[in-house]
Amino acid sequence: MSVRTTAPCRPDASPAPACSANALAVLSTLLEVRTGQQLASYRSWRLDTALKPLLRARGLETLDQLVVQLLDGQDKTIGDRIVDALVNGETSFFRDQPVFDLIAEGLSGVERRRGRTRIWCAGCATGQEPLSLAMMFAERAESSGETPPDIVATDISEASLARARAARYNQFEIQRGLPIRRMMRWFTADEADWVAQPQLLRMIQYRRLNLVAEGPPAGRFDAILCRNVLLYLSPATKAQVFARLASALAPGGLLVLGAGETVIGQTGLFEPSKTLRGLYVRTGA
Amino acid sequence: MKTCLVVDDSKVIRKVARHILETLDFSVREACDGREALDACLESAPDVILLDWNMPVMSGMEFLQALRASDIASRPKVVFCTTENGMSYIRAAIEAGADEYVMKPFDRDTLESKLQIVGLA
Repeated sequence: MSVRTTAPCRPDASPAPACSANALAVLSTLLEVRTGQQLASYRSWRLDTALKPLLRARGLETLDQLVVQLLDGQDKTIGDRIVDALVNGETSFFRDQPVFDLIAEGLSGVERRRGRTRIWCAGCATGQEPLSLAMMFAERAESSGETPPDIVATDISEASLARARAARYNQFEIQRGLPIRRMMRWFTADEADWVAQPQLLRMIQYRRLNLVAEGPPAGRFDAILCRNVLLYLSPATKAQVFARLASALAPGGLLVLGAGETVIGQTGLFEPSKTLRGLYVRTGA
Repeated sequence: MKTCLVVDDSKVIRKVARHILETLDFSVREACDGREALDACLESAPDVILLDWNMPVMSGMEFLQALRASDIASRPKVVFCTTENGMSYIRAAIEAGADEYVMKPFDRDTLESKLQIVGLA
């Protein structure tokens, strides 16, 4: 049998680990305090499925036992491990492909006008998004002669960043969104995995950053991708993050949100781009 | 409705691929080897062919070469779907005219993603 019919991130059929209302409240609060993310009821199943591997690794049977370990304070890393497990790291190469064409169109000629282009991927998870940008711009540089952009990629999860820096993807990850010709061009087989070529990684600086609690990386960016991050935040937290994103955007720069996200009704700092449908610019820019 | 011809000597693979493809709104036909697949294409060319490599009678590569040399005007997209996961196999398939390549084992996300890449999902 060589077909996998169940994605690894989906809930399985085994019984959910027991979780009392108090434990649920503790875990929800931990996630919100650390990341600003709200564990809405429709996502509560994630607690069970996302934390199962951590329970197994620690020889625990219930979420209540995990919360006891968290609260007794002896293990200083357990909070990080829980948050890493709960943050939604869903990503793929060239996710929403047309957006990448729009970004390339929007940034065309920026280097000529303003110097080297800079892009910030806010919430880069395991690195597929910045690598997609790196591939696209490296290919365009060959024909245009423009220098590829500097890409700063940040995420709250140290575990995700470690995977992003390693740029090593299994067979399922490498095949999601990545055309085979690009895989042949930019990745090398290493046992069962595929590893990105160093040329791509030289274009990307990975850094840990908590978008909710910290300011943006230094300098201004010609494009900021913050996709599928804001949808988990409360309106007040979202407003703070929009302000940080606005302060980091260069004049004329582009904000890229997820397919189901918008600035409309959320902030007055951005407005839809008049020329690049689906992207956003600073209001009045 | 988009059409897909699943070419694989494994009944299980054909069944699973059919199930996934039907949930993606494809009309699915099946063939057990390259010879059957060629006959099916000459009768009516599908939009896309999901093609195994190692099969009796006529292999996936032999089928692809015959398909691309044929006078079937519509040029169906060909997505190899095989356990031959080495770079030399992938390169050979693309050079022979395959449009995409799925490395087995695969899941629904992989198949949907590859069909999107060839413009059919």
